[in-house]
Amino acid sequence: MSAIACNQLCKTFRQGEEIIMGLDDVCIEIPEGSFVCLSGPSGSGKTTLLNAMGGLDTPDSGQITVGQYRVDCLSRSELADMRLDSIGFVFQAYNLIPVLSARENVEFVMQVQGVPGAKRRALALQVLEEVGLRGLEERLPAEMSGGQQQRVAVARAIANQPALVLADEPTANLDTRSAAHLMDLFVTLNRERGITFVISTHDARVMGYARRLISMRDGRIVADREQEPHAMEV
Amino acid sequence: MHWPLSALFTLAWRNLWRNYRRTLIMLLAIAIGVWAMIFMSALMRGMTDQMVRNGLHTLPGEVQLHHPHYRDDPSVVNAMPPPSAQLLRFLDSAPVVAWSARVRVPAVVASERGSRGVTLLGIDPAAESALGAVPDNLVEGRFLQGPDDRGLVIGASLARRLETRLGKRVVIMSQDPDNNVADWGVRIVGVYRARLQGQEDQFVYAGRSVVQDMLKIQDRVSEIALTADDYRHVAAWYPAAAAAAGNGIETLPWYELDTFLGTMLSVQDGFSLIFMVVIFLALSFGLVNTLVMAVFDRVREIGLMQALGMRPGLILVQLLLESLFLLCLGLVAGNLLAYITIKPLESGIDISGVAQGMEMMGMGTTLYPALAPRDMVMSTGVVVILGLLASLLPAWRAAQLDPVRALNKI
Repeated sequence: MSAIACNQLCKTFRQGEEIIMGLDDVCIEIPEGSFVCLSGPSGSGKTTLLNAMGGLDTPDSGQITVGQYRVDCLSRSELADMRLDSIGFVFQAYNLIPVLSARENVEFVMQVQGVPGAKRRALALQVLEEVGLRGLEERLPAEMSGGQQQRVAVARAIANQPALVLADEPTANLDTRSAAHLMDLFVTLNRERGITFVISTHDARVMGYARRLISMRDGRIVADREQEPHAMEV
Repeated sequence: MHWPLSALFTLAWRNLWRNYRRTLIMLLAIAIGVWAMIFMSALMRGMTDQMVRNGLHTLPGEVQLHHPHYRDDPSVVNAMPPPSAQLLRFLDSAPVVAWSARVRVPAVVASERGSRGVTLLGIDPAAESALGAVPDNLVEGRFLQGPDDRGLVIGASLARRLETRLGKRVVIMSQDPDNNVADWGVRIVGVYRARLQGQEDQFVYAGRSVVQDMLKIQDRVSEIALTADDYRHVAAWYPAAAAAAGNGIETLPWYELDTFLGTMLSVQDGFSLIFMVVIFLALSFGLVNTLVMAVFDRVREIGLMQALGMRPGLILVQLLLESLFLLCLGLVAGNLLAYITIKPLESGIDISGVAQGMEMMGMGTTLYPALAPRDMVMSTGVVVILGLLASLLPAWRAAQLDPVRALNKI
């Protein structure tokens, strides 16, 4: 079954007088349990496609299906519910809520979902341990390194057991060691929990982890191939 | 939809203290605004209360009984018989605390150097004293000792205008029921001072029996004044007084006798409310600015919460909660400040420096602010309701942010 299916997606942006094609007739199908990288230079449409898949941005035309949801037909509130229940996000900047501790950040999504306090606390602690942050649970984001913050973001993204994780340049602000550690974590989660990962990157080392590599340029898919994954050299 | 209240409360409370300097400044502004609302209301309430009490002192009484035409023509022609047995039973029982039957007619008092129009009051001093209607500041001589006392007590200001003094004789002139001049040469036995100079000029006191003899009205009186324990409760009991007085006697509460006073009391709450709203309107600019800045500082965070699956409605509620916390803290501080500053002043503020101006409003030289719980409740209601309304627009705009634009905001 498809985790994501996009059909003839188009999205334009206006930049002054100029119209820029963000997505140009993008058709793509990503099966459940995939580990996919979207690659391409800046402005190629990776983030636009990722945002459209996550219901953060609406395409001008075309259809997107994520699991059972027709993303292009949902209201703002329905999109929010879909993201809450089905998608975990990891962004380039660490994007944690600064007034919440690491544990509270991880608990946040479950709290909004209505998971009981004791259960979500136990889950949050377990996931934080999984991402190697045991002992740092009560630290505020400002008291953690960039790598640690990104791991908290990953813990938050997977804590509520989503079917899909969308990661936008997750290693862009990390050193090589932290980036490798994060990608290893993604691979493990993909293998052990069957979570579908779609990662946008222009880092060749990150692309190496993908089993499927989709290249984009000027809003179009220019290549889509399966590959043998290999880990980053640290 | 699930309402993650604990998450919303936590976020709202902690976000409030992210920029604690801005929050403290806004708290201070709200506290001072609330204090100003309550303080000004307490002053206005104290002024109104004093105006009513002074008015009742002058009327006097909370309820008066008259001949039906007396108020149109307060001459002896419209005098009424003394209280009937039925009325006496009512007057001597609760809730009536004190009552007095008096003769009250327009008259002229003349000394050897001048004359003035006055109101001649023929009273029973003991009954009037119980009613609280006798001058309480006798500066010279003595007050009347009984209804048959043949002396006259006048105000210090009137004595000055007539260029007369204690012990001098003056002539009182009025009309008897046959419209003949009734006059009486009388010696001044006492001079009083009143809180309002106008009272000193207007009222002269004589024994009731003596005045009745002078006017040839036997035991008839002009009015019966009665009072209970609180002028605010008069509406509940004055119909019983009217029933006891029977037909042919007009029974009126103080707010109908003096409609200006009655209106003052009834518009008091309206004035306070308008005043509070005006203060809050000034305050709301600061509040809205604080919330707008708080949203502006957190655009990315709001975008993140949307991306994580928080509905726009929940973001709106979270920001309104933040505003509510700010308002509530300001209210607590403002109410406390008001209590601390008004309570010690309830014993009176000396305003003798502007006494002449205040006298025109029926007030004395001391102002007694009255801290009323209803003012605290009203200011709380105004601040919370208008505060949340003022916060609604910035909160709604934050909830409507486009998540992609918000997340990419630098």
